[in-house]
Amino acid sequence: MNTPISWLKVYVPDLDVDVQDFVDAMTLSGSHVEGYEKKDKNLEKIVVGKIEKIEKHPDADKLIICQVNIGAGTIQIVTGAPNVKEGDLVPVVLDGGKVAGGHDGEPLPEDGIKIKKGKLRGIESDGMMCSIEELGSSRDLYPEAPEYGIYIFGEESGVKPGDDAIAALGLHDSVVEYEITSNRVDCFSMIGMAREAAATFDKEFHEPEIKVQGSGGDVNDYITVDVQAPDLCPRYTARVVTDLKIGPSPKWMRERLASQGIRSINNLVDITNYVMEEYGQPMHAYDLDTIAGKKIVVKRANDGDTFVTLDGQERKMDKDVLMICDGEKEIGIAGIMGGENSMVTDDIKTLLFEAACFDGTNIRLTTKRIGLATDAAAKFVKGLDPNLAEQAINRACQLIEELGCGKVVDGMVDVYPNPVKEVVLPFEPEKMNKLLGTDISSDVMLSIFKKLELRYDEKTNMLTIPTFRQDLKCMADLAEEVARFYGYANIPTTLPHGESTAGKKSYAERVNDIVRNIVEGDGFSGAMHYSFESPKVFDKLLIPQDSVYRKAIQIMNPLGEDFSIMRTLPLNGMLTSLSTNYNRRNKHARLYELANVYLPKALPLTELPDERMMLTLGMFGEGDFFDLKGVIEELTEKLGFAKEVSYEPTSEHPFLHPGRQANITKGKLSVGYLGQLHPEVVENYGMKKEVYVAVLDMQTVTMLTTFDRKYEGIAKFPSVTRDLALVVDKSVFVGEIEKVIKKCGGKMLESYKLFDVYEGAQVAPGKKSVAYSLVFRDKTKTLTDADVNPVVEKLLAELSKMGIEIRA
Amino acid sequence: MKEKLQSIKEQALSKIAEAQDINLLNDIKVSILGKKGELTQVLKSMKDVAPEDRPKVGQMVNETRANIEAKLEEKMKSINSAMRAEKMKRETIDVTLPGVKKIDGHRHPNQIALEDLERVFIGMGYEIVSGPEIEYDKYNFELLNIPANHPAKDEQDTFYITKDILLRTQTSPVQARIMEQGKLPIRILSPGRVFRSDEVDATHSPSFHQVEGLVVDKGITMADLKGTLDQFAKEFFGEKTKTKFRPHHFPFTEPSAEVDITCFKCGGKGCRVCKGSGWIEILGCGMVHPHVLEMCGIDPEEYSGFAFGIGLERITLLKYEIDDMRLLYENDTRFLNQF
Repeated sequence: MNTPISWLKVYVPDLDVDVQDFVDAMTLSGSHVEGYEKKDKNLEKIVVGKIEKIEKHPDADKLIICQVNIGAGTIQIVTGAPNVKEGDLVPVVLDGGKVAGGHDGEPLPEDGIKIKKGKLRGIESDGMMCSIEELGSSRDLYPEAPEYGIYIFGEESGVKPGDDAIAALGLHDSVVEYEITSNRVDCFSMIGMAREAAATFDKEFHEPEIKVQGSGGDVNDYITVDVQAPDLCPRYTARVVTDLKIGPSPKWMRERLASQGIRSINNLVDITNYVMEEYGQPMHAYDLDTIAGKKIVVKRANDGDTFVTLDGQERKMDKDVLMICDGEKEIGIAGIMGGENSMVTDDIKTLLFEAACFDGTNIRLTTKRIGLATDAAAKFVKGLDPNLAEQAINRACQLIEELGCGKVVDGMVDVYPNPVKEVVLPFEPEKMNKLLGTDISSDVMLSIFKKLELRYDEKTNMLTIPTFRQDLKCMADLAEEVARFYGYANIPTTLPHGESTAGKKSYAERVNDIVRNIVEGDGFSGAMHYSFESPKVFDKLLIPQDSVYRKAIQIMNPLGEDFSIMRTLPLNGMLTSLSTNYNRRNKHARLYELANVYLPKALPLTELPDERMMLTLGMFGEGDFFDLKGVIEELTEKLGFAKEVSYEPTSEHPFLHPGRQANITKGKLSVGYLGQLHPEVVENYGMKKEVYVAVLDMQTVTMLTTFDRKYEGIAKFPSVTRDLALVVDKSVFVGEIEKVIKKCGGKMLESYKLFDVYEGAQVAPGKKSVAYSLVFRDKTKTLTDADVNPVVEKLLAELSKMGIEIRA
Repeated sequence: MKEKLQSIKEQALSKIAEAQDINLLNDIKVSILGKKGELTQVLKSMKDVAPEDRPKVGQMVNETRANIEAKLEEKMKSINSAMRAEKMKRETIDVTLPGVKKIDGHRHPNQIALEDLERVFIGMGYEIVSGPEIEYDKYNFELLNIPANHPAKDEQDTFYITKDILLRTQTSPVQARIMEQGKLPIRILSPGRVFRSDEVDATHSPSFHQVEGLVVDKGITMADLKGTLDQFAKEFFGEKTKTKFRPHHFPFTEPSAEVDITCFKCGGKGCRVCKGSGWIEILGCGMVHPHVLEMCGIDPEEYSGFAFGIGLERITLLKYEIDDMRLLYENDTRFLNQF
């Protein structure tokens, strides 16, 4: 919504504030100003000049020398403009002044253009005569300006040499742009904004006095209206104008329309547009002579109907589109656009004005379905006050009379079966003060309500809300009115008191924090990825067609295929980021992400899916599988569940190297998996390095996490260490050996450590040597060989059954 | 006897004084104090001394021994310390060489900003809670006073999964969920991912984060809301930060406000960060609409509350002067390493 301050002053004549003060105060009273444009920006020292005498330039064919009377004297100006003659009154910028732009209509420079005295082809020039473009405006606003050349004041302007030319052009004005919130339908109009401005600055608001003289006759002899869908059309008003005289509209109206970006067409079209901007009520004009049966019928269209709108487009209708019809045919889509068949032409003799209230929701849904959005529809979708229709149609007729463009027939057709009732609310100052935390007197509250045209009845203690304020429905709404004019800044600042509450994070979030600290300590940086991705990622990740991963939740209206499914796997985001790093030649990268995957219980969704928080680690460059495994081992240790976590060799994850992947399990619980990325997947993501990833299910991790620790004492008795070098088949995983070590070691085995794996000349082909250091300890005594030897022998015997022998 | 001791002592002291290394001193020690050393010999010859003189001579011998030992000790210390000094001199390193760092990971800037924010509110007694990102229409809209066909549904450009299930457009549904549980009083902060169908550009993303706050109790006022956010602004952006509450509209709060703070970069003078205005918009808030309380089963006659919602990315971008939101989702380590 834009308002020129000059237009607001029509309704609030006493409004006399600096534009910056205006903008600040309006914002603080609830009309958020997004910006404003000073129309006289960079226009300095510009006066009206009268060209007294024109001579040819002695050395230039295209230049002339003008003697210009600027009131305080006469100056000499050299110009190349082709359109000036002696006696013309023109805007003149004096030496040291400024204009907004060049005459070429290019975008205006921020600081304008400075004008200085100088010589043109040897002849002194003391200033410059201005085109409308140089004054930062255009022929759209000033159609009387020449297409190329100096602006010349018409006789009707009444200016004389030395006058402020900018004032004469009405350019000492500012256009203010607001962000109007959806609840304030009434503020999408000049009247609404003027009412706000008046209340904000505590000035008198002068609503236009609407009076239609009328020229006799009876509207009912010209037209009948039948509303067959009152649910979609709460009110329909119509008036008739005869003896139309189509012509240009006056300058003030053209200028005001131009400030709203509306081009002047003719007096009739301009009046409907003007009233729409002034009151926020769209109107429609029909040529009464084209209306069959002198009858308007408002009804739903039929499924499958087609209709040609006045832009020449054929559109498909359905039973929820509300149509305006005459006695025979459809002539317009209600509230959106008229039909080609009832278009008003310059030959119009008799006019039918329509100002109606259509159901906003239906208009909104209709514009979406038929794909046609218009200015009128944009007003209706907000849900207009039905009482506005009457004001608007009479205002339009008043303007018809004032502008002399026709005779208004007496009477108004008004189909309004269920007039809206004014809302009545109790005046509850204590409750409002209690909600706001203020101590505002009833008198102050009532004076605010009065400014807003709420009527107070002392006897009943009730406030009557005018129908244009549909947003005021309860005490809290009234409290906001009080607050915004009392000033939000004047509300005190206190802190909530009452029962105290414990500030805390959830257990899961505490675990997440620890995880972040650990993995960051291991060089992984936090990454962030989108929750939605392309279904194509499954192919990139080599996920089989029948995999459960492919059963992803689909978005009905995605931004595009690339954002169309909710991820079931966290890998695509991670690999995309690693790839970004790789392609930007970062030598190594380690990233982690803690975010959800979305697993549907059934498709299509009938209930909310399982949102599972996943920890995803990804890296390339420095480090390999075992570095990554080390990170996970550290994680499980610090989270208190490292014991009995096992890393089971697997090849079930298609996106991982089949020989370099492991499931991380604890008992029967699956914690996650890790591995080296499958070379084909690496290629699919445009990388040429070994990539390692791990994915841990945080719900399981959190469940397993424990912060319970118990001090076990520091060993008082020495330990006994035994080193064993074993010869095993190459294909045997050390995990197998360790299971036996743990089983046979019993209570005495304090720890074991793999310290060497050797394959080569020193061992038989197909074999490898694996060396362990076993540490035995008893907390109650010093161990002897006699204690340890049987354990080691038992262990070796067990290993021997598996074909594993001690290295000779 | 006395003369002999005197002579041993003098010789010994002069040898000690001259000695310049530890080995020599050891030799001296052995030659005088050792088993076959001069002084030991003197002690051995005590049997030739008259019994009545023995205590006196013995004392003289001990004194001489102590004297020499002390001198030896002193000299050894001085040589050792000179040697250590010499060694340390050789060991001088170039301390201006760079330190050895392990690869260190960095928190995502959005996460840092979130944790800073959470810390402030935890200190004020708020519990951090979360809610589902895929949400029912009921919680995202209906219970928040945004009924079917409400234009606000269009404004928020919702991604739908089914007619009734959608990607939440705000963290406010957590409000409704918590209120519905009915445990009062409520003081919660709920951060999380939200989604709106905005095309990706420097200032928009179809997925971003909000942080929702909600307080419901008896006698909560708009003044409390102002005080709370004022304190938050001061703790989060700095002691001198001022707030400005501007009336606004949200369907689920009434009265509603948007809050600007004085620019934390320029302190309100006007700079690039605040686009010259001196103020930065940081959040939306308001008193929980009585109808919302009612729909969630809380009696608005008895209880009142306030709610606020902060756009996390906005705070992150402002705080670190990041000029393009896309950087947050690219995860270039050269970007992440700066935080």
